[in-house]
Amino acid sequence: MRETTAGYDVVRGIWKENPVLVQLLGLCPALAVTNTVANSIAMGLATFFVLVGSSLLVSTFKRWIPHEVRISAYILIIATFVTIADLVLAAVVPLIHKELGAFIALIVVNCMILGRQEAFASKRSVGRSLLDAVGTGTGFMIALLMMGGFREILGNGSLLGFSIFGENFEPWIIMILPPGGFLTLGFILLAFGWWRERRAEVVRIRQWPHGVASREEAA
Amino acid sequence: MSRELPTVQNGAADQGSGEAGSAGGPPDQPPAVSSGKLMLTLGLAGAIAGLVIVLVFGWADPRIQAYRAKVLREAVQEVLSGPARYETLYVTADGLSPTPPAGVDTVMAEKVFLGYDASDEPIGYAITGSEPGFQDFIFLIFGYDAGRERVLGMKVLESKETPGLGDKIFKDLEFVDGFREAAPPLVGVKPGAGTGDEHEVDMITGATISSRTVIEIINHRIEDLGPLLESGAAAEAAGAAGADDAARTVSVGRESGAGTEES
Repeated sequence: MRETTAGYDVVRGIWKENPVLVQLLGLCPALAVTNTVANSIAMGLATFFVLVGSSLLVSTFKRWIPHEVRISAYILIIATFVTIADLVLAAVVPLIHKELGAFIALIVVNCMILGRQEAFASKRSVGRSLLDAVGTGTGFMIALLMMGGFREILGNGSLLGFSIFGENFEPWIIMILPPGGFLTLGFILLAFGWWRERRAEVVRIRQWPHGVASREEAA
Repeated sequence: MSRELPTVQNGAADQGSGEAGSAGGPPDQPPAVSSGKLMLTLGLAGAIAGLVIVLVFGWADPRIQAYRAKVLREAVQEVLSGPARYETLYVTADGLSPTPPAGVDTVMAEKVFLGYDASDEPIGYAITGSEPGFQDFIFLIFGYDAGRERVLGMKVLESKETPGLGDKIFKDLEFVDGFREAAPPLVGVKPGAGTGDEHEVDMITGATISSRTVIEIINHRIEDLGPLLESGAAAEAAGAAGADDAARTVSVGRESGAGTEES
């Protein structure tokens, strides 16, 4: 395991290893609840809370969790945080809770959260695990916002509930339906991949004539 | 891509070799732990998790219930277009009664709300109902004037319909307003395809099942409670003329529709 800097632990999850756009984790909520920006924000915040809380507990108690039952223990911790998030949202912001419906409870099975526990929080210090969780949670939020913005603008003609195109715009209903989620994710991944490739190319050209000889150097 | 990925795979491999009883695990494999300790760890963790959830629930539940009661109060006001006051009538085997049937929880008991205007004349009933929609049960409340046989208004209290489509049953105000002054039995028609008939209600494009469910809930509830409400309205008129509370308890020989949930 290569040692990383604290700063890198945060940035990695936000961009370089964005859970949705690069690791393709947590796609269920990313596809299901991103039909409006408001839903994306609420889901992003709830997931952020569960991820940070779980990483804190898992990294704190990692010495006492036997290896054989670690996955069960992680799921137990995650499920507890999800239940708390569910109850608190219902009590404090009932309208948003109503919006998200069953998807709050489904945060339990978001493999991004379990993945961070298994890959990071169970092996690193509490501080680093928190930084990693904050970074990954933020990256997840950014991905949801990108999808939610795209889908709400095209599928509803509005952004955060405010009409953009006026009365004459015919909403692309498919964009707020499940197929719209897949289409949006596909286009965003395409754009993201194209941008990454292009950036690598630019780096390679800038290093000319030294870099052109070996592509590996640029990558 | 992810530099943690190989570690995950190692973890999975560890698990596999452990199950196969192989002794040659990777060097970071911890020594085997007794099953008693495993059960103790998970049991303890489960007990703590349960305790935490119970504490949070104890804090959250009164707030959730208070919010639901507030929503219901506001909904009664809304579907009856702001009555001066309203009273709660319990649906019993003998009819509508202002006192709950003995031995029944007042929260769970089936009830309707009778609204009065400023001059203490009854306006109509607010009736709750629920049926499965597209995703889950749709809970709604509607106002109904039994004397004139007109729906006064409709409001969805709880639903998990598809965001952006099915949720238009409460977000699309044209759909919601379409129920005002509609006459039961309601008939759903495509928007713009109506003939102006008083039974017609415009449905929602892309949310056929959700909007049809709303219409059916109202039809079924009026069908179920209709005789009760009509005689109730008649007794109410008599009651306003000077009779006491007892006159409000009207008797019709029917079973009250069980299983209706207050939200």
